[in-house]
Amino acid sequence: MTFFSVNGLECRHGLLAAVRGVSLAMNEGEILALVGANGAGKTTLMRGIAGAHKPHAGNIVFDGKDVTGLPAHKRVALGIALVPEGRRLFTGMTVEENLRVAGAHGRKGKWNLEAVLEAFPQLKPKLKAKAGDLSGGQQQATAIGRALMTNPRLLLLDEVSLGLSPLAVDQVYESLHGLMSGGTTIILVEQDLSRALAVAHRIACMLEGAIVLEGAAASLSRDAITDAYFGLHRAGAKA
Amino acid sequence: MNAYKVERWTRQSVFFSAAVGALLLVLAVGPLVFPPGITDRLTTLFIYIILAAMWNALAGYGGLVSIGQQLFIGLGGYALIRISNAGVPMFPALILAIVIIALVALPIGELMLRLRGGEFAIGMWVLAELAHFSINLDPLIQGETGTSLLALNAFTPGARRADIYWMGLALMILLLGTLFVLLRGKIGASIQAIRDDEIAAASVGVKVQNGKRVMFVLAAGGCAAAGVLNLATTISYQPHAFFGIQWTAYMLFMALVGGLGTFEGPIIGAILFFSMETFFGATGVLYLIGLGVVALGFALFIPRGIWGEVEARFGVRLLPVGYFLKMVEGEKVK
Amino acid sequence: MNFLNQVLQGAMLGGFYALVACGLSFLFGVMRIINLAHGSLAILGAFLLLGMLNATNWPNTMGDYGYLAPFVCLAIVLPVMAAIGWALQFLVLDRSLRAGPLIPVLSTFGVAVILDNGMFETYGANSNSLGPFIGDLSFGSWNLTDTIYIGQLDALIFGTAVVVLGGLQLMLTYTKLGRTIRATADAPDVVGLIGVNQKLVFSAAAAIAVMLTGLAGVFDGMRTSFAPYDGGTLLIFAFETVVIGGIGSLWGTLVGGVVLGVAQNIGAEINPAGFQIAGHLTFLVILIFRTFGFKIPLPRLPFRKAAA
Repeated sequence: MTFFSVNGLECRHGLLAAVRGVSLAMNEGEILALVGANGAGKTTLMRGIAGAHKPHAGNIVFDGKDVTGLPAHKRVALGIALVPEGRRLFTGMTVEENLRVAGAHGRKGKWNLEAVLEAFPQLKPKLKAKAGDLSGGQQQATAIGRALMTNPRLLLLDEVSLGLSPLAVDQVYESLHGLMSGGTTIILVEQDLSRALAVAHRIACMLEGAIVLEGAAASLSRDAITDAYFGLHRAGAKA
Repeated sequence: MNAYKVERWTRQSVFFSAAVGALLLVLAVGPLVFPPGITDRLTTLFIYIILAAMWNALAGYGGLVSIGQQLFIGLGGYALIRISNAGVPMFPALILAIVIIALVALPIGELMLRLRGGEFAIGMWVLAELAHFSINLDPLIQGETGTSLLALNAFTPGARRADIYWMGLALMILLLGTLFVLLRGKIGASIQAIRDDEIAAASVGVKVQNGKRVMFVLAAGGCAAAGVLNLATTISYQPHAFFGIQWTAYMLFMALVGGLGTFEGPIIGAILFFSMETFFGATGVLYLIGLGVVALGFALFIPRGIWGEVEARFGVRLLPVGYFLKMVEGEKVK
Repeated sequence: MNFLNQVLQGAMLGGFYALVACGLSFLFGVMRIINLAHGSLAILGAFLLLGMLNATNWPNTMGDYGYLAPFVCLAIVLPVMAAIGWALQFLVLDRSLRAGPLIPVLSTFGVAVILDNGMFETYGANSNSLGPFIGDLSFGSWNLTDTIYIGQLDALIFGTAVVVLGGLQLMLTYTKLGRTIRATADAPDVVGLIGVNQKLVFSAAAAIAVMLTGLAGVFDGMRTSFAPYDGGTLLIFAFETVVIGGIGSLWGTLVGGVVLGVAQNIGAEINPAGFQIAGHLTFLVILIFRTFGFKIPLPRLPFRKAAA
């Protein structure tokens, strides 16, 4: 049973097509890693799925419901949450306020302030600090926590390791571990191929707005992915 | 691959520029042939065109919406009263008043250009109010009672009418010409960049502030010219009439409806406004409500204005302000 | 002593300015729009209240309590003003915001022109006042010394300003709506991702802002006379108050109002025309100081920082 699918999605920035005819299907609980060079259209695809970027063509079906025409806030209510690239916290508000305001508007469920703090214990001493004053790792933890407060069933993580120290990245992924083994469906954009291969069930590689290679993480060799990444093998092996 | 050629003068714009030249020649001999009433109305039209073009220079090209340009209209009139009162002959006084106000605008611009958006808009209005109330203190002006440009009594009505008409025509040509030359020059390129995307322009090193400064001073001088001409036609200087916010409503209407950021648009807007005033002005308040409704409608639904829409839909450009990229058929790039 | 009294009256006037500035400041804080129809909306509020007093005839039928009729009517006028704010956002501001930075200035000015002339068409050029409807309150005062006094209405307005500013502060800090408004002001393009309907938040903010503006307009009508074209002056004073107090700072608004009011009253002592001139000059001097790097520290609301 397909939990979530994207069919022939096309997103444009003005006249430029950033995402061209992307199709994806995922089962509940699956983790998909989206890889590809800068400008391949990963972020636009994620924003398109979240409802932050209006698609030009194609559709998005989530849990049997066509959500293509829904604005972002209505998709959140259904259970789609995006941790945007660059984190985009409410910088003038405290960590607690960032989390609470998301909790107040999202779905109800097991994620609440206590649960988020348990997953990201590094935030506990920072609850009353302004989000803008945190370190990069703490900001990223807040951004993920903020998304979790809406109790997503599909979590979109866009470049959560961008600009973080290796140690902070480890910490973020460690915190995500429980989440990943807990049955939440996740799409993550990750530049670090080893990490993507380690956490994801499936890998999809984007090039110039299209998916050129897709398959189970275990079945793809690093070389095949690297070739697809740089467009050396235009005809990707469709899984 | 086809080659592209950058063009300034299209056949259209050559033809149109010639037509404009011919029209100006006809206008130049106007007072000799027109009945006095027409001459007076045309002078008013010149003032409106100047105002619309200057407000557009500021908002459309400089990205600065001011609701206080009446500051310079009022100051222009005041300067003329003062200079004329000091014994300077009429026409040198006229020019001197405009130049002085343009110079006064330099330091004002330095301060005001640091404000943004609505802050700049209201800030200018505060300055206009401040100038208004300060000028009221001048014993020569006698508060809101105002005074008259007595030096004009030296002229016969006929000579005065024709001279002011020519003055208005000359100033309109001079100001529009200056704007035209500026837009075609170095400043023009940076101004186009401001219009397209100010932040991006600044980030690639376009001197955004310089373009704004030039437009600010030009618009100030232009509005002072309109104020001076207005005083010359009405003779009486009443501060509240010169510093009134209604000027802004008129300018905004003309520039917005005609087409912000186009050279031709404000001229069309001014002609439209002039016609509306001629036909509906007598309805008073209802006419003003109509102006507001039309301006709001354009702001919300046709922000490019009449001429902006025409340009976008038909690709016409009557005056060669910008550049055209033309595909040269058959030629190949080497 | 008379001079001291003038300063005190100026400070009390500042409370009124703070109240007038509230809606302008709040809307700017949330939506980054300077609403040029602000003053006109305030005058509209006063006219609506006056119309209701005349229509209901409550000032006469309420007997000894007739002077309370304006306050009873206020309970109806304020929701009406809120609805007008909601409609303003829905019909004008929302579309303007999406059309680039110039359009909100143009469109709200258009609204001001329509409102001013529409009120002139409806109510005529005469000056009106709500003062006669509030009985002793309009002139009653407490004398501190022979020359120093505090007007009862002034005190009521000042108190209302403090309550409104404090209430806004509490609402923004401690309520769900308040946090949502702050988050939206902070990153309007992000709140959708946490389930917030940004348009709805902007509508709520506009409703609150215009409601407060209506309240200020009603007090203006009680303090003095009002006429259809008076909105412009109120807008200027409100704007000066906000800039003097520091954009985005609610308590700064109170300080700004007091500074402006005191400056105007001192100016008026020097010359009858000095009221306006001194106020504008004070504004300009502070603007120059601000612009060229001298900061006057004031407590700031956790709004996004004012555009640099």
